[in-house]
Amino acid sequence: MASKEKPKLAVWKFASCDGCQLSLLDCEDELLSVAGAIEIANFPEASRAVVKGPYDISLVEGSITTPHDAERIHKIRRQSKFLITIGACATAGGIQALKNFKDVKEFIRLVYANPSYIETLNTSTPISNHIHVDYELHGCPVNKYQLIEIINAFLNNRKPNIAPHSVCIDCKLKGNVCITVAHGTACLGPVTHTGCNALCPSYNRGCFGCYGPKETPNTGSLADWMSKHGFREEEIVRSFRGFNAFAEAFRKESESHEK
Amino acid sequence: MLLQKRLEKKVNRMKNKTIKVDYLARVEGEGSLLVKIKNDKVSEVEFKIFEPPRFFEAFLRGRHFTEVPDITARICGICPVAYQMSSIHALENILQVKVDPQIRELRRLLYCGEWIESHVLHIYMLHAPDFLGYEDAIQLAGVSPEVVKKGLQLKKAGNDIVNLLGGREIHPINVRVGGFYKIPSRQEFSKLAEKLKHAQDIAIETVKLTSTFQFPKFEQDYEFVALKHPKEYPFNEGRLVSNKGLNINVNEYENYFHEEHVRHSNALQSAKNNDGIYFVGPLARYNLNFDKLPDSIKELAKEVNMLPPCNNPFKSITVRAIETLYACQEALRIIEQFEMPEKPFAEIQPREGTGYGCTEAPRGILYHKYRMDANGIIQEAKIVPPTSQNQKQIENDLFSFVSKNINLPTDELTWKCEQTVRNYDPCISCATHFLKLNFVRE
Repeated sequence: MASKEKPKLAVWKFASCDGCQLSLLDCEDELLSVAGAIEIANFPEASRAVVKGPYDISLVEGSITTPHDAERIHKIRRQSKFLITIGACATAGGIQALKNFKDVKEFIRLVYANPSYIETLNTSTPISNHIHVDYELHGCPVNKYQLIEIINAFLNNRKPNIAPHSVCIDCKLKGNVCITVAHGTACLGPVTHTGCNALCPSYNRGCFGCYGPKETPNTGSLADWMSKHGFREEEIVRSFRGFNAFAEAFRKESESHEK
Repeated sequence: MLLQKRLEKKVNRMKNKTIKVDYLARVEGEGSLLVKIKNDKVSEVEFKIFEPPRFFEAFLRGRHFTEVPDITARICGICPVAYQMSSIHALENILQVKVDPQIRELRRLLYCGEWIESHVLHIYMLHAPDFLGYEDAIQLAGVSPEVVKKGLQLKKAGNDIVNLLGGREIHPINVRVGGFYKIPSRQEFSKLAEKLKHAQDIAIETVKLTSTFQFPKFEQDYEFVALKHPKEYPFNEGRLVSNKGLNINVNEYENYFHEEHVRHSNALQSAKNNDGIYFVGPLARYNLNFDKLPDSIKELAKEVNMLPPCNNPFKSITVRAIETLYACQEALRIIEQFEMPEKPFAEIQPREGTGYGCTEAPRGILYHKYRMDANGIIQEAKIVPPTSQNQKQIENDLFSFVSKNINLPTDELTWKCEQTVRNYDPCISCATHFLKLNFVRE
């Protein structure tokens, strides 16, 4: 028999901008229905009330950048039935993972007014590098409707219905004129995961990869196209080195154009 | 004898106590609070920020100037527009761009959207539950669903503006140095206007509702700092002024303000040279720019007894509501007078130099400075968010508030202390992302 108690939802934050958890509060039309179906048991950005774990669903925003956070994520895993990471920080290390490409320790020692006050790891890493994650929802920020879909799917023990294709396909579906073909604009659409409904190309600009690499992306072919159309190596590096710089496919592509 | 000792111990316990909030709720980001009381006197106050540093100023070095607004947006999911605006103004200051007057208006429109969205989030979801005695807005919705529903509707109107003009509400994609990638059509703007007319009514109700709250009696002699423009309530432009005589150009900011690195905070704290603590945000803007508000809003302010100067930070909730109303009206005015510019953006050639920008984020002045080389590559970046500037003020308020209310029961005092922090709508994510990491170059 199904329990009458509402399933408990917790929201956790690591290094991030708060934007992905804000997506939940940005569901103006749906928020009260969501709150009616689940118990918001731990969501400090929204409430000072805290209900003890274990939790049915934990949403985790942000990346691991401090020794303390590397410990904390294990405690959260132990209290969570399903743990879902949301956003580019949690799934790929985020924009702060740009420090993974540099020697941070050296910089801090050389520079801080009071370096001893700062406790930070050399890297910013996705949550899945530290614990088992049940589902990763990509995006910088995540798509709020996809977020509701994920919560819904896990509460009903079904597979989330999130399309895996590229942004490029979205443009075709929308009937957008291809900005790369028509104007020679660099666009990560062919290698980027869908989720934004081809937002940037619809606003006359190239995709810059907010949703990270799609499955089996041919980044090499795209980089070749960029070279042939006069983009310099450092420009290719920068275009793959954005909010999902540390996602494997983008990382390898950017590294192969360095030096 | 034993009894007397016990009694003494108990009295001592009452005289010495520690108020501790390990994880501050209903603020954006990770912060905590520590107030120590010794012999009935406040001995120590720490508004601690433990949000991990993200080093944006370091990442910006080596990036092309066209990428900057997209990167700085990621500093904060709640006020990305502010980061985009301050960065493009600073960069356009280097590039000597002349922007079409209609583009300038659309930037104000976008900012209206962010003020509405951010202020209403704070009013209804984060701050109002304090005054009404609820743990959160969901609890409040259980008792007064209509109030919360209206709040969400108003918030949505702000997000609708950012959605249309920015492409999406969090981390908009349509802003670029020189203008916008694409300008929405007149029809799309007209649809928006209809929603804003409803929003305007809810904003008036919000002003009236919040003005009936019970405010703790707490007034301080503050130095308020905000932008001031000769003709408008400030968003993007103006001189930096204060009620204590400051009146400077944005590019003089660093001659008057500096940042300090303290042990208990992962965010640098700002201070004004010589006199130290100052106050930025809605209350500062309101007190310094009330004369620029439309007459109808001035009359409403009088009706709800909110004429400036207002020196009670707890009343900032009503000031946010008044600014929300202004943003709705200003957005409607801009849409009404809108004419499609010839081009959505100005063409730009990179140019070597240093530029400064300061705009009014929902939480107060946000200062950016960039140095760029002749190829348009960023060499140096400095960003001072509003919450860094308010940190010392917040600690100061806590000190004064606890000193004046030392006899309140600990639970109640703790909640009031949290509220004292929430008065500033601190965005801890913003404040912390600026631990500076400088490079040593040979």
